[in-house]
Amino acid sequence: MANLAIPVTTTVSVTPILRSDPAQPDLLTASGPWQVHALTQAGVLARLDAVLDGTGNSQASRMARGWDLTAISALDHIGAQWLWNAWGKARPAKLTLAPGQDDFFQRLEQANAGLIPAAPPTHSVSIAALGSVVQGFSQHVFGLIGLIGQFMLDMGRFARAPLLGPWKEISANVFHAGYQALGITALVGFLIGVVLSYLSAQQLHTFGGDIYLVNILGMSIIRELGPLLAAILVAGRSGSSITAQLGVMRVNEELDAMLVMGLPHGFRLILPKVLALAVSMPLLVIWTDAMALAGGMVAAKLELGLSPHYFINKLPDAVPLANYWIGLGKGVVFGTLIATVACHFGFRIKANTESLGAGTTSSVVTAITVVILADAVFAVVFNGVGF
Amino acid sequence: MAAPVIEVNGLSTRFGTVVVHEDIDLQVAQGEIVALVGGSGSGKTTLLRQLLGLAQPSAGTVRIFGEDIHQIDSAQLQRLRNREGMLFQQGALFSALTTFDNVAQPMRELRALPEDLIRDAVLLKLQMVGLSAQDALKMPADLSGGMIKRVALARALALEPELLFLDEPTAGLDPALSDSFVALIASLHQALHLTVVMVTHDLDTLLALASKIAVLAERRIIAYGSAEQVISVDHAFIREFFLGARGRRALQVLSHAATGAA
Repeated sequence: MANLAIPVTTTVSVTPILRSDPAQPDLLTASGPWQVHALTQAGVLARLDAVLDGTGNSQASRMARGWDLTAISALDHIGAQWLWNAWGKARPAKLTLAPGQDDFFQRLEQANAGLIPAAPPTHSVSIAALGSVVQGFSQHVFGLIGLIGQFMLDMGRFARAPLLGPWKEISANVFHAGYQALGITALVGFLIGVVLSYLSAQQLHTFGGDIYLVNILGMSIIRELGPLLAAILVAGRSGSSITAQLGVMRVNEELDAMLVMGLPHGFRLILPKVLALAVSMPLLVIWTDAMALAGGMVAAKLELGLSPHYFINKLPDAVPLANYWIGLGKGVVFGTLIATVACHFGFRIKANTESLGAGTTSSVVTAITVVILADAVFAVVFNGVGF
Repeated sequence: MAAPVIEVNGLSTRFGTVVVHEDIDLQVAQGEIVALVGGSGSGKTTLLRQLLGLAQPSAGTVRIFGEDIHQIDSAQLQRLRNREGMLFQQGALFSALTTFDNVAQPMRELRALPEDLIRDAVLLKLQMVGLSAQDALKMPADLSGGMIKRVALARALALEPELLFLDEPTAGLDPALSDSFVALIASLHQALHLTVVMVTHDLDTLLALASKIAVLAERRIIAYGSAEQVISVDHAFIREFFLGARGRRALQVLSHAATGAA
């Protein structure tokens, strides 16, 4: 307990002070600025709590004392709230206030009527949680089926009147998803080609199969890696941007505005994006293939001394044309899948930032997973074709 | 007389070749409610953002509580900002947090207040802006426009600011709600001894609240003073804004209210 005998009224302090006068041990005087920024200085609240504890822990003993707040230089609601809580949310019998301070406590008296309703309890494992997971999954499945159905209807409408189609949107999307992805796909494709070439060359060299490098590189890149690399890059680039764009349109009520103006989402947003990716993905696959093979060729020349001339001549024999078509087909399918998944997640975003972030993340993750799944289906279906 | 809370000297703003403000001077004394008015694109919101330190003027100084906010270091600026509150036009509530957490956020950020004190203080703030404890757990997306404004005001008041900025406080509210919001701000101004700077288009709000009006037009403040003083300035914008049909109606209501009160 602080036992300073200085008259409280003359003390000028920059921190809130609470003390009992030794002459009148039953009187607690508060002085200094009782405002939030003074109270939150380091150690102030702890000091005040200590004084409070010194006066007796029971609520009744605190209430029985006299409280003199007239020396407080500035009071705000947080300071008043601290005192109010110290009193157990009621006025002490012997309370001396300066003019104006009463307003704060009147407001506090009125405020304590309501209590926050308890949040519903959440269980990490329960039947309901399991049910909601199943429900969520089925919602995604039905949503995707609905989206694909709508896309088919829109394609029908497009086919009946191609001149009235959303050509501008398609072309803009081809530019964003295709042309602007040329740089990154080239870089990644080239580097993967180099890596693959070095790895295979070392293994082949050990048993003198150097010349089969063309077969390994050609087959793996054209049939598998080219389409997959392009798809993963596009899922990360365009998939996320499609989802985020649709999500922001939801947040800004642009989607509602489109409906009100009679611009259907399916025909003006989904169809152009899906078509644009279906068109630009196979082109990106060719580009990625070419870059990866170029990288492999450079590395083969450096590592094994295999001449580019030999490499290019050998390629048509090593890789049957069917593989090339399979790769292109994969491009079309992957592009369609990425755009569909991205649109699906984009339209599910709710009007808040958290949902936007979560939606974009799940869009990219799902798109990549779906692409790899589709790749496995391709591997099974075209087993034995093109060898 | 105490030093002015806000002191703007020779402020100019240029975006490329477009000059928005030219050599603006403005002083706001403690306890005043100053309204910034002006046509669309006259740079009201830009000026407000410069007062908040969100935007940097091309030239000139902005002093808040006597400190030049574009010169002081980040710790000082932070201390200064703890003494200010801002009500954004759209509320700018954190959409991932509940109403309660939105208002509690500035208090928690001080990292000193105990959680039970924060809870009581937040409930008090919600009560002060006319919201009940039932609304505390709602997400911003579930709130109506008027409630968003109220929550945003409660958040702006969370740390008991001495200086409150309001950007279009009554835009998007229906007249009854708008009147009650104006009354709320007036009563809070009374109770908390706030200094208020607001941007508004709404004549009723303006005349009911503002102790001083600053009119922005032609890149400068063409008039600054009480409503009567501003109206007596002869300028096309002022004639149009205050003495058009809407303005005259509002002034009439105001003078009626004044004589009724007397």
